[in-house]
Amino acid sequence: MSAEPVIRIVLAKLGLDGHDRGIKVVARILRDAGMEVIYLGLRQTTASIIAAAEEEDADAIGLSMHNAGHLALAPAMLAALDEADLDIPLIIGGIVPDQDVPILEAAGVAAILGPGAPAEEVVAAVRNAVSA
Amino acid sequence: MSEQPRWREHYDATHLRDVPFETMSGVPVDPVHGDEPLPGQYPFTRGLHAAGYRSRLWTMRMFAGFGTAEDTNARFKEILRNGGTGLSTAFDMPTLMGYDSDSPWALGEVGRAGVAVDTLRDMEDLYADIDLSSVSTSMTINGPAAAVLAMYIAVGEKSGVARADLAGTIQNDILKEYQAQKEYIYPPRPSMRIVTDMIHYTSAEMPKWHPVSISGYHIREAGSTAAQELAFTLANGFAYVEAALAGGQDVDQFGRRLSFFFNAHSDFFEEIGKYRAARRIWARWMKGRYGATDERAMMCRFHTQTAGVSLTAQQPENNIARVAIQALSAALGGTQSLHTDSFDEALALPTEKAARIALRTQQIVAHETGVTNVVDPLGGAPYVEWMTDEMERQAEVIFAHLDELGNGSILEGVYAGIDNGYFVGEIADSAYRFEREVNAGRRIIVGVNDFVEGNEDDQTNLLRIDSTTEELQRKRLETVKHERDSVAVEAALASLRRAAEDASVNLMPPLIDAVKTYATEEEISNAMRDVFGTYVEQAIV
Repeated sequence: MSAEPVIRIVLAKLGLDGHDRGIKVVARILRDAGMEVIYLGLRQTTASIIAAAEEEDADAIGLSMHNAGHLALAPAMLAALDEADLDIPLIIGGIVPDQDVPILEAAGVAAILGPGAPAEEVVAAVRNAVSA
Repeated sequence: MSEQPRWREHYDATHLRDVPFETMSGVPVDPVHGDEPLPGQYPFTRGLHAAGYRSRLWTMRMFAGFGTAEDTNARFKEILRNGGTGLSTAFDMPTLMGYDSDSPWALGEVGRAGVAVDTLRDMEDLYADIDLSSVSTSMTINGPAAAVLAMYIAVGEKSGVARADLAGTIQNDILKEYQAQKEYIYPPRPSMRIVTDMIHYTSAEMPKWHPVSISGYHIREAGSTAAQELAFTLANGFAYVEAALAGGQDVDQFGRRLSFFFNAHSDFFEEIGKYRAARRIWARWMKGRYGATDERAMMCRFHTQTAGVSLTAQQPENNIARVAIQALSAALGGTQSLHTDSFDEALALPTEKAARIALRTQQIVAHETGVTNVVDPLGGAPYVEWMTDEMERQAEVIFAHLDELGNGSILEGVYAGIDNGYFVGEIADSAYRFEREVNAGRRIIVGVNDFVEGNEDDQTNLLRIDSTTEELQRKRLETVKHERDSVAVEAALASLRRAAEDASVNLMPPLIDAVKTYATEEEISNAMRDVFGTYVEQAIV
């Protein structure tokens, strides 16, 4: 079996939203799938997430959003990635209504995972985003 | 039936609702069946009152809040017109975290998950043309609860309602914030000082006010089991009691004003056992460990909300059935008030129609099912009694652990459990176990991991918060800041800061003075952050 490089992903809650049940479950799912998970926790800023992603040499960033702030926060994160010249995929999990999915995808979000997404889908979404 | 004179005396002295207490086929039914202790008798396993819902139905309290204060005020009036009997206010994230709408932290959050409140002006608009002397109000806020209560008192005063006549509840359960909901501002110990100041102040000045709603709801939503919800919540309750006792307060006085808030999840009998065990445990501990002698101080009164986390984004209409079953468990468990979730809440804040269906759901339980004719109708059923005992047994194991952690103090045990990650770790473990079971197909969630046909047809109409809300609210705030007397604001904030530095001073009076100057919530929170510091959670997966 060829040794695939281990995916390193930074997970965080951006902004004030404190719903962290989902992202903690996702952290364990990704860890169980063999990834290196760097969970930054609550109340992160775009700057703190960029800093962690650079320092940890992350392959992807995953943010969880449950407060309907995704249309403001996801573009802000993408702009910060651009500005830092950091070319790694951004994955959003949480509550994103169907009609907002194409908006976020067009803005450059690599994958969007809704509530109830099975573990295999979560893992596959990260793998695909990183290898794309 | 083992009816006894003491119960009969209480029952006969109770004013009953003017409805026939018979089945829909016309069979008259006795108010209570089964064994002693009967409802209304220590330890209250079977209910707090001898006549149960025969005297008064639960309060149908629907939680609402979005956009600006005017938007939510209109929704409140709609709820009251539709037969809602109490108000419950949801605040947006910046408000819950002690930030104003013009803070960089507020980006994308203003008015999204609740109503934005920056100053007293917003609170005035929020409750405009609602008679605060006749409606009871619940406010779901914790970190900045003291400032918001101060604003409510000031709104009452301006509309001619004395604080002693204000009825309601402020959640103000800061301990579960560190464990589950994560909307804290200051570290645990100074936060507990604020809570005990509020308990003290309201016990003396506001006899119709519940200063803390000790909440398991968020603990369960974060992933705990039913028994963990029960145990962590009651342990937090014991912690508030110990803190108030340490401050020299009278357990019989403040004990009467404490209230609880539980989750109604989907496992029907487990939930009913949980509510019954909650009443029994609370009564036993208040009497046995904390020396209460007034039975009213031993009563676990609680609000219930159906489980938001059980709602599925897939085939959302199915959630109406889930909510109905959960609401029925709360009624059979003897809740004092109930919020039923709207079927579209896995997707967004509810539309008006979805919120109306949710209210109608509890009205159907109350008026059509007949469960309100009999107090604790499931009492005595072997499975229900066993489940009640089992919930109590599991909770006692957790209390023993916390008592040991705190060397004989539950308060210290709870602090220790927050500091060492016990609560968040236990909750995350339970959440992960559940997700794995669903993922492995060992648990079926209809529409999620089975029976998925039809998932593609979802065309649910969602409430959209206008993106102009944020800008509008910032303008409102700018206007208030421009119009107010900034010298008075600075003076009030300085005196608040001095009060914060002196633990012997109750914070409520300087807070009321401060909000009346239209000092913003963030300015007030910052004055206290300067003294108390801020809490940062360690990120533990």
